[in-house]
Amino acid sequence: MLGYYIDLAVRSLKRSPGLTMLMVLAIGFGVAASMTTYSVFRAVSGDPIPWKSSKLFVPQIDVWGPKGRQGGSDNEPPEAMDYNDAVALMRAHRAKYQSAMYHISPSVIPPDRGMHPINVGGHAVYSEFFPMLDVPFQYGSGWSASDDTQSAAVVVISSKLNQKLFGGANSVGKTLDIEGKDYRIAGVLDNWAPKPVFFDVVNTGGFTTDFEDVFVPFRRAIDVGMTNDGNTNCDEMPKGSGFVGLQQSTCVWIAYMVELDEKADVAAYKDYLDGYYREQKEAGRFSWPVNNRLRDLPAWLKVEHVAPSDTQVSLVVALGLLIVCLVNTAGLLLAKFLRRSSEIGVRRALGAPRTAIYTQFLTEAGIVGTAGGLLGLLLTWVGVKSVTWVLPKEIATLARMDFSLLILTLIVAVIATVLAGLYPTWRASRVQPALQLKSN
Amino acid sequence: MQIKPILAAMRRHKAGTILIGFQIALTLAIVCNALFIIHERIARVSRPSGVTESNLFVITSDWADNSSNNNIDAQIKADLAALRQLGSVQDATALNSFPLHGAGWDNYVRMKPDQIHMTTDSAVYLADDHTLGTLGVKLIAGRNFTPDEVQSLTIQDMKGWPAVIVSKDLAKVLFPNGDALGKEIYASNNNTPSTIVGITDTLQSHMMDSDDNAYAYNAILVPMREVGTGYVHYLIRARPGQLAAAMRDVPKTLIAQSRMRIFDPDDGEMTFAQVRAKAYERDYGMAILMGIVSVVLLAITAAGIVGLTSFWVGQRRRQIGIRRALGATRNDILSYFMTENMLIGMGGIVVGTLLAIGINLWMVTQYGVTRLSGMYLLVGAVVLLLLGQGAVLAPALRASRVPPVEATRSV
Repeated sequence: MLGYYIDLAVRSLKRSPGLTMLMVLAIGFGVAASMTTYSVFRAVSGDPIPWKSSKLFVPQIDVWGPKGRQGGSDNEPPEAMDYNDAVALMRAHRAKYQSAMYHISPSVIPPDRGMHPINVGGHAVYSEFFPMLDVPFQYGSGWSASDDTQSAAVVVISSKLNQKLFGGANSVGKTLDIEGKDYRIAGVLDNWAPKPVFFDVVNTGGFTTDFEDVFVPFRRAIDVGMTNDGNTNCDEMPKGSGFVGLQQSTCVWIAYMVELDEKADVAAYKDYLDGYYREQKEAGRFSWPVNNRLRDLPAWLKVEHVAPSDTQVSLVVALGLLIVCLVNTAGLLLAKFLRRSSEIGVRRALGAPRTAIYTQFLTEAGIVGTAGGLLGLLLTWVGVKSVTWVLPKEIATLARMDFSLLILTLIVAVIATVLAGLYPTWRASRVQPALQLKSN
Repeated sequence: MQIKPILAAMRRHKAGTILIGFQIALTLAIVCNALFIIHERIARVSRPSGVTESNLFVITSDWADNSSNNNIDAQIKADLAALRQLGSVQDATALNSFPLHGAGWDNYVRMKPDQIHMTTDSAVYLADDHTLGTLGVKLIAGRNFTPDEVQSLTIQDMKGWPAVIVSKDLAKVLFPNGDALGKEIYASNNNTPSTIVGITDTLQSHMMDSDDNAYAYNAILVPMREVGTGYVHYLIRARPGQLAAAMRDVPKTLIAQSRMRIFDPDDGEMTFAQVRAKAYERDYGMAILMGIVSVVLLAITAAGIVGLTSFWVGQRRRQIGIRRALGATRNDILSYFMTENMLIGMGGIVVGTLLAIGINLWMVTQYGVTRLSGMYLLVGAVVLLLLGQGAVLAPALRASRVPPVEATRSV
């Protein structure tokens, strides 16, 4: 029976090609606009580490107090940490994994002396950074905890940098000249470039075209005076001078992340933070009440407004466009179906039940939806390819056409069109056979 | 034209009428908001930087070696001297950041050292005596820095700033009476006052975030050379017509000064026009996207009106024939369909206006956009009515050509 309905639908659609094309175009454009903007939205607001994000937490300590907010309305503590607190938290080691980190931008002298020195981006981190974030390695691994304490000259490099300097060969154990000093390569990452750069949104803004090429031990970077290339925010001027002065100051410039697996661990860590705060307060450092934060990663990304609001506005507008297209299709289907009132009348008079009419017309709507979906698929592909024209590179490159988007596009198109066809179909099924037969 | 019979006929095809009206309403609501976003973005993109942007470019030198601050300071001085010697170069300056750059240094500004609530926030440009000349920014009061005033500074090693030049907008925020020149403010984080020795004409800050719109024209120039950050921005004004030549000469000259530096292949050297394009990339993108959506929406709505009206005309051929046979002119038939469309359009516009305001209010709370101005609703309403009339014209003309003899034919 369904084959018969499909045949009927195709005949009917062929009878008014203009109207059919209009409906297919409307569905196609509406779906493509929604899916293209959705692909961008999905890319910027997705969870960068879905299997673990609820276990990763960012602690914040209110080291500045109300004065540091300069009369700002919210009660947010500074978004980064000063050096002393970061080191104290590392030393206490209360979480399963934890790492303080800061953004570096050292120069690297390639082993091939014919090449120019290059500037690379990266982070100074602790050894637990790698297991905490499930960082994948192509060769080797991260460094050990003893490398941390001994501030060993070791480095983990990206596969991209490995390709550039060593032609992609296993370079573990080789030395690399960073800022004029030799570092032993401990590991090569396996194409790891999470977007957003969730472990340090404070210094990267989340979405950036900069690449994380090197990771060196935190202590090592501090010892050799590898300066901070991220943001530095101060409530008062450092008393000492230079990078050492910055370390002694209350300026905040260090990102911090911990892994806490169980609810009890989270509560215990929060208690520890508050306890640490009170200890410092008793030592005379603070004069204001406890105001710490311990947010999990999704909440942190939200507070930091990592997903650009433009992408959300675009998605909302595109969904609006889809609704207009559906209303448009509903109107056209209504016209098309009711034009065939006499045909419906004959079918009903010959004994077709209402459900048969339903099936017949919903099949027709479904076919329009499928055609619209196929066109929408094509247009979505064009749209995803051309978002580079309207969006900044760091975001546009994240939007991609994959299998799930493909399926979603088709499903949205068909379901939307069938929804649009519901009312016209219902009207068609209410056609009184007697009335239609009489008028002839 | 009598409206009553049209309304009576509409009651016979309620659903179609409502669907078209609803489509017009939604289109109006979305297009108004989209146009409004476009307008906002264009307004943002066309605000002045205060900089004379032609013949200006920026080159960023990353230091490849871990040289001492003293060496870097000497290198910057030598670089600038060499650059200013070039035939294609009119003037050159070293800065920590510059208007439209997006990243840089901003400080809270206070009127008293112990003030808790900031007076305002301002960009801090670490500048020299050539900065105003290179940027092409006029001094409207006071004096420029002298060469001797310019000192070296590491970002962590803060000295007091005895003399500063401020932008005219910042001067106005700090001293609304217009007597800023010679006054003291607290702009550095250590508690020593800075005397305003000069006031510039309009000068934009580096801050591009829409959250910072209130501070977009606040700038303080401090006579310092920043070292210890690993890079320096040179802004260079080429002699008229020699921009391309200067952009070739400058990297060569700098490399000749010292090989231990890196120019980023992507954005190491950019004309100010490129700086501007990059700074407003998102705004252009958003405006284009909203433009495309608006055009598609209007096209689909127009096509929908054509489609549905054509259907109605087909459905009523017999009635039209009867009317014609009873003496109605072609014009009567034409204006019947035009008026019908006008009525539906107006209904849609009433609903659409409410929807547009609703969507805008929602976006105000969610995304901090500004309130929609009534102009947009008015323009949008007129555009949609005209669009509807245009779309209905073809089917209405077809209707008017239905011959009276149609009345005698059975279906």
